[in-house]
Amino acid sequence: MTLLDLKPGQRARMTGWSTETPPSRLLEMGLLPGSDVELVRFAPLGDPIDIKIRGFHLSIRKSEAGLVDVETI
Amino acid sequence: MADTSPEALRRVALIGNPNVGKTTLFNLLTGMRQKVGNYPGVTVERKVGRLDGEPPIEIIDLPGSYSLSPKSADERVAYDVLMGHLPNERIPDLVVCVVDASNLERNLYLVSQVMDTGLPTIVALNMTDAAEEAGLHIDATKLQEELGLPVIPMVAARNGGVGKLKYRMRQDQLPPTAERKWEIMPVVDEGLPFLVDQLEEYVQPHGRRIEVLQCLTNDAMLTYWKERAPAFHAAVLEERNRLSKLKAPYQQSEIMGRYNWISPVIARVVSRSKADGALTVSDRIDAVLTHRLAGPVLFGFLLLVIFQAVFTWATPAMDLIESGVGSLGQLVRGIAPPSMVTDLLVDGVIAGVGNVAVFLPQILLLFFFLGLMEDTGYMARSAFIMDRVMSRVGLSGGSVVPLLSSFACAIPGIMAARTLANPRDRLITIMVAPLMSCSARLPVYTLFIAAFLPTGTVLGFFTFQGIAMFSMYLLGTVMAFVAAFILRRFVFNKGDSSFFAMELPPYRLPRMRQILWRMVDRSKAFVVRAGKIIFGMSIILWVLATFPMTDPPEAMVTEQTSLDETKAQRVEGLVDGGVEREEAIALIDVEFADDVQAIDARIVAWQVERSFIGRLGHAIEPVMRPLGFDWKISAGIISAFAAREVIISALATIYSVGDVDEDSPLLREQLKADTYEDGSPVYTPLVAVSLLVFFVLALQCMSTLAIARRETNSWKWPAVMWLYMTGLAYLFSLIIYQGGQALGWG
Repeated sequence: MTLLDLKPGQRARMTGWSTETPPSRLLEMGLLPGSDVELVRFAPLGDPIDIKIRGFHLSIRKSEAGLVDVETI
Repeated sequence: MADTSPEALRRVALIGNPNVGKTTLFNLLTGMRQKVGNYPGVTVERKVGRLDGEPPIEIIDLPGSYSLSPKSADERVAYDVLMGHLPNERIPDLVVCVVDASNLERNLYLVSQVMDTGLPTIVALNMTDAAEEAGLHIDATKLQEELGLPVIPMVAARNGGVGKLKYRMRQDQLPPTAERKWEIMPVVDEGLPFLVDQLEEYVQPHGRRIEVLQCLTNDAMLTYWKERAPAFHAAVLEERNRLSKLKAPYQQSEIMGRYNWISPVIARVVSRSKADGALTVSDRIDAVLTHRLAGPVLFGFLLLVIFQAVFTWATPAMDLIESGVGSLGQLVRGIAPPSMVTDLLVDGVIAGVGNVAVFLPQILLLFFFLGLMEDTGYMARSAFIMDRVMSRVGLSGGSVVPLLSSFACAIPGIMAARTLANPRDRLITIMVAPLMSCSARLPVYTLFIAAFLPTGTVLGFFTFQGIAMFSMYLLGTVMAFVAAFILRRFVFNKGDSSFFAMELPPYRLPRMRQILWRMVDRSKAFVVRAGKIIFGMSIILWVLATFPMTDPPEAMVTEQTSLDETKAQRVEGLVDGGVEREEAIALIDVEFADDVQAIDARIVAWQVERSFIGRLGHAIEPVMRPLGFDWKISAGIISAFAAREVIISALATIYSVGDVDEDSPLLREQLKADTYEDGSPVYTPLVAVSLLVFFVLALQCMSTLAIARRETNSWKWPAVMWLYMTGLAYLFSLIIYQGGQALGWG
């Protein structure tokens, strides 16, 4: 499953990227395999989303979030 | 006496993620002793200040950066300064890395990169109060051990820990160079020593490894060495090949290696007194402000308030400035003898300064609200809410604020586009920002809508004129979106879709001092940059409208003379009738004031028509006729290419109604009364609409071109901007006027 399959407020552990070339800015922000992620909410118009990772809120688009594989904890 | 020349001073660089209070700290350390300029060749602001005391220290405020692997021009500069890649920019003696204690893990990523530069580094552990509030306790002593760097806990916003930091910055003994703590995956590691050796002649020993890592993953960084160290350049390409063949994820290896070191460090130094999932105050605010329904409604409401403020609250101040400039002109005319120099001083210089100053209230207010949005953290939420809309035309939510700012003035709008990390998004935003109706268009809209569009209401509530005004704003906005879409689709269609990663920092109470500081700072930039150009153009315009001087025709002179004679006779008549001479003159002056003014006006108008500006107007009239514009409007448009609002003073000059503003009934009546030789009116509602649309779309602003030149660092983009906008303006006005005539609305 990916980040987008989570419900708002649900936490999960990231398992990897389903792309060879993940955006390096997102990696630098700490979106790495093994880190805990929470899907906080969707933006009012449905995209982007607000996620909580390593203690801070980050906004990314669904197109990127769909590439983040997660497993429930 | 100690040598205090800049070269001899200790040089300290401040670096840190955005939103960590770095600028607050810089302001605290340097006070008003700051110099703001630009790095040569790029558009990144260079801020240098001086920390007084013994010895004084030079402090350089590097742009906010998440990483030293540059993703934006800002981050590139930060890296280049630390590495000494910039000419005339001395490598800092010491780096102060400002980190947000409430967000330590991600902040340590940058710290680990700074450590790799080999420069002596102090960690300023800022916002410890916010961390405590969030239930995070950080063991600073332990962190210091783990990093091998001095760590100073601080609350810069309340001056906490600043003294200690100053003390450490002054110590003769610089902190020792940090050792590298993290490991990269072995397959990448084994290739590094050879590449590091290739940089032997070019980079100081400590910085070589990080430079190699940058070049391995970043093409822009590698290109820097193409000419300077061809052997290194080639070796890096070869190494990339080797790693690709091995299918080694070398692109991510550096980031993973650093976090593999950071995460355990965090576990050892941070203890939590609240559950990780606990809702903070900021989370609760977000639940409302980014709520599905409440979020957009509140955002819209905020915009409305800002508009209201910029257009309404600023008016008294603007009126005050206008009347102040007016009375200053009168005062000078009263003191100085009537001469050409006086004319230049009053109509050129004073009016020119006034043209700039009059926008200041609006710009100050806008910058105040922008600062408020930034400082509270709401700015990021506005991008969060609006991103979906902007992504439709290929931009991101980050473009919302620059574009909205452009409703006040394209100059701060274009400057605000600096916050966009993606250079393509930034360029597109700059290119379309001038289509948003700025406040300089407002007087033009006001004048022509009031003069030529019907009054009356629709649905008993909306006035026609109000709808017309709204339509002007709507047209500009829609065209900006269309232009962005076209630019994105057909000009900048290469590369990945603009991806979006934006921090949503915790909300915090606005700090008025910071906001006011920034407001003044930015407004100063506007006054200086735009001011010079508008001021210069006002003088040139005066010259164009004054020269060459021509004698008025015989008939007008005769008329004037006979009027003078009539007046003299009447005065004599009254004096004979027993009235005091002075009183008689005054009475007659009042009685004949209108007649005198009428003939004077006709003479000035006759002269203006033969001046450079009049000739220019006549020269381009054939091109402008199809849009419905006569030579006077054409001349007005030419003068308005320097700055839009100038058309009003230009028309005032041409119609010689003296000093007016857009609300002046005098100018409005003159415009309405003007006819062609065959008696048909020059201005019909259709001509007015055509002219309004022309002003919505045309790029008539030297200052915008100047700022676009500065921000894009080339003349190419301002040239493209001018051509496409002016082309659009011509096309739309042509369609409207010709179409309207064909439909019989002429």
